Amino acid sequence: MPRSHWPSLRSSINSSGPLRYLWAAGATVCLNDLAGGTSLGGRLPELCGKSVLLATAEQITAALALIELDGIARRIVVCPPDLPTEYLSHLVERAEIDAVVTDGVRALGDCNVPLRVTCTTTLAPAPSVPSAGLRTEWVLLTSGTTGVPKMVAHSIAGLTGAIKGCLDPDIVWGTFYDIRRFGGLQIFLRALLGGNSLVLSACGEAVADHLARLGNRGVTHLTGTPSHWRRALMSPALRAVTPRYVRLSGEIADQAILDQLRAFFPAASIAHAYASTEAGVGFEVDDGLEGFPASMIGPNGGDVHMEVVSGSLHIRSPRAATRYIGPGSPDLCDDQGFVDTRDMVELRDGRYYFAGRRDGIINVGGLKVHPEEVEAVINRHPDVRMSLVRSRRNPITGEIVVAEVLLRTAPTGESAASRTAELKREIMQCCRADLAEHKVPASIRFVSTLDVSEAGKLARYHA
Amino acid sequence: MSIRLTITSQIEQVADEQKIKLPPLTDGLVLLDSGLDSLCFAILVARLEDSLGIDPFTASDDVYFPVTLGDFVRVYENAAKSLAVAS
Repeated sequence: MPRSHWPSLRSSINSSGPLRYLWAAGATVCLNDLAGGTSLGGRLPELCGKSVLLATAEQITAALALIELDGIARRIVVCPPDLPTEYLSHLVERAEIDAVVTDGVRALGDCNVPLRVTCTTTLAPAPSVPSAGLRTEWVLLTSGTTGVPKMVAHSIAGLTGAIKGCLDPDIVWGTFYDIRRFGGLQIFLRALLGGNSLVLSACGEAVADHLARLGNRGVTHLTGTPSHWRRALMSPALRAVTPRYVRLSGEIADQAILDQLRAFFPAASIAHAYASTEAGVGFEVDDGLEGFPASMIGPNGGDVHMEVVSGSLHIRSPRAATRYIGPGSPDLCDDQGFVDTRDMVELRDGRYYFAGRRDGIINVGGLKVHPEEVEAVINRHPDVRMSLVRSRRNPITGEIVVAEVLLRTAPTGESAASRTAELKREIMQCCRADLAEHKVPASIRFVSTLDVSEAGKLARYHA
Repeated sequence: MSIRLTITSQIEQVADEQKIKLPPLTDGLVLLDSGLDSLCFAILVARLEDSLGIDPFTASDDVYFPVTLGDFVRVYENAAKSLAVAS
């Protein structure tokens, strides 16, 4: 069993330091109390050396269990909230799970694991369990794919590799992400290692309620996907939140959303980051512009080495995942140690711009279109909140591009029909001005909502 | 608006967007001579599906792509008729 020279997460908890909290909708936990207490009812010793499936309904119980289990469990498989129950038994088998930590609320279906430990937000006094010093393998599930997700293994050293800076007790983190996925876990770890408090969202909580809590707790650092931010910008409750640091990742941050956030939070520093479950945290860009400088590609003396291979971003990094879990899993890296992110980039005037996912390409009579590049153009129209570009089958070109557009404010009153037609024309004109003919949507439809997945990403339906 | 009028006005719209000068839209007009390329026809079929609710070319394997504008209109008229009968 590998031993770790890395301090366990538990060692970031200090009973005597400044008070810090995890705030959820219905529960608050003072993290300092975890120094002499347990969320696991004193059963932590039973989990020593085990491969643990962590499946809770709420984030806050998962957060507490993660702190306790690091360095104790051999492996922690972190279940995101929307994982279908029928997949659990598959994970149990492939990850050789021998214990489940649950909050007693989340359904576990027929997954057959003898050892079940309940985790609660009511901390019980407990003698400290000596760290087993294990180098716990953290296993996260990929998002955004159909079918059974892949299990991606990380070390805590890799997961925390991008976290720098000294302790600043004045920082209060907030996130629209779920901490049981890569993006949210990063924020959880940042808050934990930074000695900070963190405001978590709750299962099924309304956006306005979450924003009100973020405001009430005085959140200073707030993070989410561009889709999360677009949704937040639609809520008047965002006015109550005044972060000094705003961060976007998980999807392409186009210029429109960066500009909208800059206008809304004129005093905040705004950064967009590139990270993926497999490649880890790649880089952060804080110049207010979409894309990233071309100088970041190639050996640059840093620990993250990026290359563009056939248009796709490849990353070699000590923060990348170590492997996929389960028999017969594919290799995560090529033989040079690079992870192919399948995110396509294009070089224009000394800067790389994200074009879209390699798997999401629409083929219009042999010509390729990334939905995201069309969305970026549509989103630049001042009346547009967000858009979804997708493929429609077509008898002549095989596929054609169509768009669904969510306006900031839908036209109303007598002139609604003519204003709608006018908006459609204006958006078409923007597309024609900036895009090749085959990329211009054949049809634009205004919609009242666009689905955002549990992972905070625009829900795409690949035909 | 009749199916014929819907089709001709959509053709004019697509041509206008693509800066194509159309010949007179008569029944005998050979589509390949209209100046519209395959992308234009792809857009036209997608928009007609939006406005008429049918795409006769995808709905049935039997439909061959028409040669003249008159044929094109008939394909849509026939598809609309069989849709009406079916419902």
